[in-house]
Amino acid sequence: MSRADWEVVIGLEVHAQLNTEAKIFSGASTAFGASPNVQASAVDVALPGVLPVLNRGAVERAIRLGLALDAHIAPKSVFARKNYFYPDLPKGYQISQFELPVVQGGTINIQVGEGAAAYEKTIHLTRAHLEEDAGKSLHEDFHGMSGIDLNRAGTPLLEIVSEPDMSSSAEAVAYARALHALVRWIDICDGNMQEGSFRCDANVSVRKKGATVLGTRREIKNLNSFRFLQQAIDFEIGWQIETIEDGGAIVQATVLFDPDTGETRMMRSKEDAHDYRYFPDPDLLPLEIDPAWIARVATELPELPAAMKTRFIGDFGLSAYDASTLTASREVADYFQGTVAAAGKAQAKLCANWVMGELAARLNKAELDITNTPVSPAQLGGLVARIADNTLSNAIARKVFDALWNHEGVDADDIIGKQNLKQLTDSGAIEALVDEVLAANPKSVEEFRSGKEKAFNALVGQVMKASRGKASPAQVNDILRRKLADDR
Amino acid sequence: MTAAPFIDAPVSALRRALDDKKISSVELVTLFLDRIAALDTSINAFITVDRDGALAAARAADARIAAGTAGPLTGIPLGHKDVFCTEGMLTTCGSKMLANFVSPYDAHVVSLLKAAGAVSLGKTNMDEFAMGSSTESSHFGPTRNPWASDHVPGGSSGGSAAAVAARLAPIATGTDTGGSVRQPASFCGITGIKPTYGLVSRYGLIAYASSLDQGGAFGASAEDCALLLSAMTGFDRRDSTSLERPVEDYAAALHAPLADAAKPLAGLTIGLPKEFFAAGMSDEIRAATAAALDQYRKLGAVTREISLPNANLAIPAYYVIAPAEASSNLSRFDGVRYGHRAATYADLDDMYCKSRSEGFGAEVQRRILVGTYVLSHGYYDAYYLQAQKLRRLIAEDFRRAFTECDLIAGPTSPVTAWALGAMRDDPVQMYLADIYTTPVNLAGLPGISHPAGFDAAGLPIGLQLIGNYFAESRLLTATHHFQQATDWHLRQPALLTDAQK
Repeated sequence: MSRADWEVVIGLEVHAQLNTEAKIFSGASTAFGASPNVQASAVDVALPGVLPVLNRGAVERAIRLGLALDAHIAPKSVFARKNYFYPDLPKGYQISQFELPVVQGGTINIQVGEGAAAYEKTIHLTRAHLEEDAGKSLHEDFHGMSGIDLNRAGTPLLEIVSEPDMSSSAEAVAYARALHALVRWIDICDGNMQEGSFRCDANVSVRKKGATVLGTRREIKNLNSFRFLQQAIDFEIGWQIETIEDGGAIVQATVLFDPDTGETRMMRSKEDAHDYRYFPDPDLLPLEIDPAWIARVATELPELPAAMKTRFIGDFGLSAYDASTLTASREVADYFQGTVAAAGKAQAKLCANWVMGELAARLNKAELDITNTPVSPAQLGGLVARIADNTLSNAIARKVFDALWNHEGVDADDIIGKQNLKQLTDSGAIEALVDEVLAANPKSVEEFRSGKEKAFNALVGQVMKASRGKASPAQVNDILRRKLADDR
Repeated sequence: MTAAPFIDAPVSALRRALDDKKISSVELVTLFLDRIAALDTSINAFITVDRDGALAAARAADARIAAGTAGPLTGIPLGHKDVFCTEGMLTTCGSKMLANFVSPYDAHVVSLLKAAGAVSLGKTNMDEFAMGSSTESSHFGPTRNPWASDHVPGGSSGGSAAAVAARLAPIATGTDTGGSVRQPASFCGITGIKPTYGLVSRYGLIAYASSLDQGGAFGASAEDCALLLSAMTGFDRRDSTSLERPVEDYAAALHAPLADAAKPLAGLTIGLPKEFFAAGMSDEIRAATAAALDQYRKLGAVTREISLPNANLAIPAYYVIAPAEASSNLSRFDGVRYGHRAATYADLDDMYCKSRSEGFGAEVQRRILVGTYVLSHGYYDAYYLQAQKLRRLIAEDFRRAFTECDLIAGPTSPVTAWALGAMRDDPVQMYLADIYTTPVNLAGLPGISHPAGFDAAGLPIGLQLIGNYFAESRLLTATHHFQQATDWHLRQPALLTDAQK
């Protein structure tokens, strides 16, 4: 049997840390990187007698996500206690949501692959619920003991759960990227994966093509980069198929991915799973969200990627692929819109080409993020405008772009002026150059006349060289053809 | 200056004496501290006595009195149930688990009373983590009933009740989850009120069962309870179940002008649930209850039979919901950050097991086990959800009843204080004694217990009045008028007379 006989089913659970200043149930700060336990209040330490009070900012961020996913925002949701013992879980329970989550359903569109092979898919969300993070166990040696840092305890999280709608690691990564871009787009999470602000758990199962029941799943925990997500899922798929083909059976389990070996290994089986004894937290009233609150949050939301994509296609005449690429993140979209604003709406397609082409390539080569680009949207827009009005040829435009990248001038016009790069469009001057070249290259003229089209290109090259690259290639072409025809 | 008039005086008289400089707060507090030193070795009402702190607070109170900025409780001594966190002082909850726990913060109730200038004498004994009806499960030994030292004072707030009954403190705070203020008030012959759930902030009250726990007040009379309760209530944003409503002056309401002084309760309808007067209560309690109801009728109230058909389901519902919440609330006592930790252990699980097995007593362990069981996968629907349904049925019974009457009356407990150790081997028998008090907590309603006679052995009998939500003033006023016409609340245990000799 081959891999093609198998179907893969993947669902993702993403923990997005919400960017509130205070924790979800206490007033302590959520800032990252403080000394251990200095950001743990009486509530976070779970002293006897303390009580949680819900941070409305965390709820507001859940509403933003619900709106962005076109999900149902529950008018009444309930906080529940998830009970288990662990030293970095101070209360002996985590406050989460169980039966009634704040966000229910929703969809997100993803674009998988690149170029001609790219396709779009809609992923359905099951739910997103609010909960608090636990602290951290520090297993370095503290006089023979483990340390506990409760700074992270009580940090607000949204656990975003997808339906098992993905059928490859590429789709899973595309979904995770789209969600990552979205939570940053609507400014509810900083998306910093190194600091654990956006962590993925992947539920993976395989089944024979055509099977109607799902295979037994294994859950890969705590994947904190897109690369690890892809590697872990690919390894897990291979391992599951191989296990079944070897006559084994998949046992439901939680597994960890080891980036050093590229393998997943079992953490605990279903038999060892906790009985969390969920029940509604009596310290917190049900969370009630009235329509007016949702309406207010809706007015404060920025234009969402899906709407922006539609607008780019409709207003700018971009292809669906270009529009998707340019709305893949808020930063790229902002950059593109800034470029269009400077170049003019009519040049949107040309702007798109430059942002997705030259700029993306240069950023990639320099290992820079678009937020750190040396060329501003206004500078690129100015450059595009000079291409559009024929001041610059594409070849010279690339030179100007280089100069902007190296901070050789404040904008394209400055560089064109300083380096005298303005395209030569005076037809009299070009004719003079053409005449010179024709006179100096009788051999090429002869060859062209005997039917060698290549000779024409050589003549164009000579004219361009004579103009030091500044002559408009289109005009050179026209004039040269006319002259050669006339002289015949 | 003789001690007796001040020891026995109601809070209003102490207020006048302090304001008129008949006595200073330091002198008054010293009287009570000395009395505790003399009597509490045999009663064991206090776990911690804070002599230095009390005297310092009394000096500050005297300065306020001198400055003319005293409030109703400024300079008045009181006791706090050891379930309330007190900054810089031991807060044990009656448990070995917290035997050395010094709280770094004050409970909301404690800060309110500090701000009011009341002087805390110390922390009173209680059933471990407020689980029990006899104060026998305390790690610090049982409290004895001031009326009969071989009997229990009730519980779980038995230390506070015994302290007020023995006049070791004029007033004391308590908490009531299933009757823990009203039942010990009844057993000790004093007045105790549990207000509507949400009226007293639970911030800093070490949780037993969060949806039922509520702070309450003990005093010799309704008026003393009124003064204390007004000072304990008020919205607290740190407790999400705290209710945002204006603080009432319950004591002032007691003295509202009357249309007919002879019939101060004219217009009041008292409902008598037939289920509360069925079998199960002693003849003496039945007789004392009947006599008290006669008295209420003499004062102008009308009584009528009502029904609370689901009240008999309160005990099973309570003993599912309370342990369920407790099993989770007590998880934080894991030996990791504070409290008892076993001296030696093999690994993490062993540390948890040993620390908790050593730190918690038998009754607490029993309730944690029951609570863990009823929340377990496969049992949740059968127990916890069913119990929540019963809870709604019980609340609905009361809602219907209060369309027919203003207050509900009955005995506080089917029995008087039992002998120490009598229930030790039969916890279920002890649970059943909560039959009249637990429905009130399940519905979140206010209730009061006041003295209404004695049994043949000389042990106090209490009458319980239950009000609709926020009917604290009505409960206190009815009790006040009953107490104006009777002297049960003025009776004092014999040890008091002995000690004064």
